Amino acid sequence: MQNAHDIAFLLARFQFAFTVGVHIIFPAFSIGLAAYLAVLEGIWLATGRQVFLDLYRYWIKAFSIVFGMGVVSGLVMAYEFGTNWSVFSKKAGPITGVLLSYEVMTAFFLEAGFLGVMLFGMNKVGRGLHFAATCCVSVGTLISMTWILASNSWMQTPRGYRIDPSSGQFLPDDWLAIIFNPSFPFRLVHMGLAAFLSVAFAVGATGAWHLLKARRQGKMSTEPVRVMFSMAMWMATIVAPIQIMAGDAHGLNTLKYQPAKLAAMEGDWNSEGRAPELLFGIPNMTTERTDYAVGIPLLGSLILTHSLDGKVPGMKDFPRDQRPPSPIIFFSFRIMVGLGVLMMLVGLWSLWHRRNSTLFLSPLFHRVALCMAPAGFLALLCGWVTTEVGRQPWTVYGLLRTTKSVSPIVLSSMVVSMTVFVVVYVIVFGSGLGILVRMLGRAPEEGERNADPSHASDLLATHMHPAVVDASTTKGA
Amino acid sequence: MMDFAHWLPIVWAIILIAAISIYVVLDGFDLGIGMLFMTERDETRRNVMISTIAPVWDGNETWMVLGGAVLYGVFPGAYATLLPAFYLPIVLMLVALIFRGVAFEFRVVTKGTSRARHWDFGFMTGSAVAAFCQGAILGGVIQGVKVTDGAFSGGSLDWLTPFTILCGLSVMCGYALLGATWLVWRTTGGLEESCRHAASRLAVGLFVGIVAVSFWTPLLHAPYLRRWTEWPNIAFVAPVPVLVVVLGLLLAASLRKGHSRVPFLCALGWFFLCLSGLGITVWPYAVPPTLSLWDVSSPPSSQFFQLVGTAIMLPIILAYTIYSYHVFRGKVSDADGYH
Repeated sequence: MQNAHDIAFLLARFQFAFTVGVHIIFPAFSIGLAAYLAVLEGIWLATGRQVFLDLYRYWIKAFSIVFGMGVVSGLVMAYEFGTNWSVFSKKAGPITGVLLSYEVMTAFFLEAGFLGVMLFGMNKVGRGLHFAATCCVSVGTLISMTWILASNSWMQTPRGYRIDPSSGQFLPDDWLAIIFNPSFPFRLVHMGLAAFLSVAFAVGATGAWHLLKARRQGKMSTEPVRVMFSMAMWMATIVAPIQIMAGDAHGLNTLKYQPAKLAAMEGDWNSEGRAPELLFGIPNMTTERTDYAVGIPLLGSLILTHSLDGKVPGMKDFPRDQRPPSPIIFFSFRIMVGLGVLMMLVGLWSLWHRRNSTLFLSPLFHRVALCMAPAGFLALLCGWVTTEVGRQPWTVYGLLRTTKSVSPIVLSSMVVSMTVFVVVYVIVFGSGLGILVRMLGRAPEEGERNADPSHASDLLATHMHPAVVDASTTKGA
Repeated sequence: MMDFAHWLPIVWAIILIAAISIYVVLDGFDLGIGMLFMTERDETRRNVMISTIAPVWDGNETWMVLGGAVLYGVFPGAYATLLPAFYLPIVLMLVALIFRGVAFEFRVVTKGTSRARHWDFGFMTGSAVAAFCQGAILGGVIQGVKVTDGAFSGGSLDWLTPFTILCGLSVMCGYALLGATWLVWRTTGGLEESCRHAASRLAVGLFVGIVAVSFWTPLLHAPYLRRWTEWPNIAFVAPVPVLVVVLGLLLAASLRKGHSRVPFLCALGWFFLCLSGLGITVWPYAVPPTLSLWDVSSPPSSQFFQLVGTAIMLPIILAYTIYSYHVFRGKVSDADGYH
């Protein structure tokens, strides 16, 4: 029976990781894309250049698909805390539940409330109001990110709480300390930049695809394609280096507040000065060593302490039952960093092409940009795996163990729900991805069709005559 | 401080019931329209039906996220007990809502292919299953949950009883009625007519459901029976069934006479009365029949902090929600221009 319980526990974890991992892609996409749309509409209003309106109308179709998938996969999360982690939610609810409620009230409603106007309202409200709606949606996505990261960061570096001795509940003492906990500012900046960078590379790859297609067909690339590609490459050039610096700062913050996580990320076992930076290795949790290690001498100390003989932590500093699983985060961390460096190189390469006026003429560069389409999202997922798996074996760092957080769900229910989630997510989000790829495979046209993704606004626009509106108001008693 | 700890959960219970009610009526007509898709094969009419809700469904579903978040932050004890207790119907409902939600976009972008029909099917089935699960969960809460030491200790299918099945079917019927009366209000011509007919039949079905649930509920637990039959309670609660009958008559009359807005308002009134009736029945239990509101509450400091935010944000949310409905007001017609 104990065994069945253990399997149910593992399934609860895997299910949560799977659903949140799928979910996180969409909000990140929405955060970046909403900001991009606000910029496009703003430039269009300021300059009156048709190309920006065309791009707005092109990308808003993708936005409506992405946003819809974010809403439905996010709804699952709001209930999964309780279904899978009932003990955690009972104990931490007075803090994390309140932060989630603030997110719903200050962000979700703002996004959902103005999304309708943004998608369907181009012909129904004035230009200024429509732009305001786009900005509200964009600001909503940013507010949403702020609250959920405050909550997540509190679980990583809890502050401002008291533990009730009888119930074991976390009681809020100081809300400012809870929200502005030590890892929050770093995580917020790192995640925000990751969302922008992910979307920059998705937009850049779309532009690259159409540049390649035009070339293959022997045609001139169109202005919207060139503008989108150029804007995306500027973002890559500027944001990727900033992101690497932000990541470095976040790493130093982890070293200070979660040294066990950092040691596991680096695959270091013994705390030492003049530590190497491992490029490869297979950390072995049983033998307490990292096999096949290949490293650069001194670099570990240099990166982590910014000095050659700085002391870095090792996993042996911590009891065995308080070490996160190093083999997972050793690799997820390295994939993330590798992708980050690649993104920066693409940004620099684009700068070189720009100087030579070959930005729209180099098929090799366009092919590379196309291959980089998922780079931002992959890096973001690897980053999340690093920070969340690195938090183990705790849900609330150092205070509440994951094994003590789980719901009393029987194995059979867990198996059923896990199967259902995997099948449904593969069908729904697989289809969504397919739809998105087909949609972006069509080039933006000059004078792009109306912004709405459906017939809804055609119908609304053509059929909602003022006369009919009047008739309905007098007709209804 | 003692008073504070007593009153805050009551204030929050009222806010939570209000949020659930707003969700039920708003997403109720969305889900209802999804179910009415089954009876409407014409593509143009289906597009009209969907375009009456496409700009607002997102906001409507957000009330459900709010419900979950408030339960989590203010009544974590209830959140931690009820969600494991209703694990399977909740998972089923979430999955149903996923199909329903993505179908809005997917059915349009796949238009003309066989896939579009699959997403239409997902839209209908998703709406129907979500409605049934919501009714069954609501019924399951009234029916009660087995709790030991403040945690759920029952079986994973405890919720599935004839009573909860009845509640599930009643809610399906009720949502379909909301959807039909909404379309009576928002559309014209043949679609409006067929919805008018559907509405009268659904109203009869829902009325039967309400009567059956009302007589069954007091038999579940003795305190429920006392709540509805003992003096002086009876003086306060008697108007509820009376109003249900009055509204039913008004609904039937307004459907016959061709009013466009009154039927929808009557259907809303029915839902309001039913939810009030449920509130009266289970008060002050958050997890009947063992855990009261105060047993499951978070500390006053959490509740107060959240109340400040709610007091500021809720009026703003209501204001722009009303604005958004206002932008997309008026009849949507299939009569001309589209073919």
